Amino acid sequence: MRAMRWLGLATTVLMTVSLYLIFVEVPTEREMGIVQRILYVHAPAAWAAYVCFVLVAVGSVAHLWRGSEHGDRVALAAGEVGVLMCTLNLVTGPIWARPIWGVWWTWDPRLTMTVIMWAIYVGYVMLRAFGRDDDGVARYAAVVGITGVLAIPVIRVSVRMLQGMHPAVTTTREGGSGMADPTMRLTLYLSGIAMVLLAAWLVMLRVRLEALHRSAAVLRRDIEYGLE
Amino acid sequence: MRAALAIFRKDLRIEWRTRESLSTLVVLSVLLVVSLAMAHDPTPTEAARLAPGILWATVIFTGVLVVQRSFLVEREHDCLATLLGAPIDPAAIYVGKALGMLVLLVAMQVVVVPLVSIMLRVPVWGVLPELAVVLGLGDLGFAGLATLFAAMTARLRVREMLLPILLLPLLTPVLIAGVKATEAVLEGGLPAAGEALGVLVAFDVIFVVAGGLLFPFVVRD
Repeated sequence: MRAMRWLGLATTVLMTVSLYLIFVEVPTEREMGIVQRILYVHAPAAWAAYVCFVLVAVGSVAHLWRGSEHGDRVALAAGEVGVLMCTLNLVTGPIWARPIWGVWWTWDPRLTMTVIMWAIYVGYVMLRAFGRDDDGVARYAAVVGITGVLAIPVIRVSVRMLQGMHPAVTTTREGGSGMADPTMRLTLYLSGIAMVLLAAWLVMLRVRLEALHRSAAVLRRDIEYGLE
Repeated sequence: MRAALAIFRKDLRIEWRTRESLSTLVVLSVLLVVSLAMAHDPTPTEAARLAPGILWATVIFTGVLVVQRSFLVEREHDCLATLLGAPIDPAAIYVGKALGMLVLLVAMQVVVVPLVSIMLRVPVWGVLPELAVVLGLGDLGFAGLATLFAAMTARLRVREMLLPILLLPLLTPVLIAGVKATEAVLEGGLPAAGEALGVLVAFDVIFVVAGGLLFPFVVRD
């Protein structure tokens, strides 16, 4: 509880600072103009999504090998928050792409990668929602969580065989120029940390909600049996 | 390993007597090839360019639909519970089941590849061994992953809907690398397909091993 409160506080502070930087402080990009600022939400959302998906796998492994209930709840929560972050990334991307590339969507490797990854974890969340009444759904979800994270690197390599045009922003590899302006770099990385903290906080809240949910279910059953 | 082969033989025998999965696979794949070709309405030159994509989309979609059956057979009369009660490694069940799926996929392709070749005018005769390597690698990864997931969704209430949703995104590497490798093989033989073949091999190794390791957790009650 204590840790959660501190995390909530840190997230709020950092998010506020990051919003100030994004909307007030950071210089407007010379060629793209104002729309480039969307990057400071777009990229952090992707990073947070990746963190969440790795967390799904970690929780899944803990649940399968150790029978950890907590691991299962973490995986569930991280799956949902990951889908949220991935959706945020997929929505902001086209808004930027339309004025810059002239199209909402293209079958670029990174775009394909993200939409496929999104589909994997939407499936994961659906499995958990639809399978709620089935026994062993936590085990099945854990299997999906582990195969999902194993598939991500293979999918990454395979989509590279498609034709690409997505800019590489932070690296100088893949034809990217790197980010020259220090304020821009600061804003991007700080927004990244803020977004990851936000995701972590949401995951913790969701884990707690699920724990309460499950103990409420147990209590309800006890009461029903007690009344008979 | 002997247990795996016994399960494999049993599945083949059931299949041979009913021919339900095989006939469904073949007819469905023919329909898909025809539908996809019609939808594109290609000129002769376009047709050849579309062929690898149509071939792989057909293989993956029909495969996803049919793999479900392999575990539904076991649900009748609670066969899976009996199999699990037998003093054999659950991984042997996985291997036997995956081998059965592999044979079905290969049998389906024996029909679909000539069909695609004739209908979309791609000469495959000269590169048949190379094409077989590409298809075989794709089938292996498909069977490895699909068998694991079919075992899982066969036990759920909403299985028919969930299996394709869970499998299709994970099968992306097979689709992309399969298409790219087939294109390369049709144009310049196996060496040109190096990168795509690498992806297929990596996919096979990862998901056959992961399948064998995770399968016992799926069927354990």
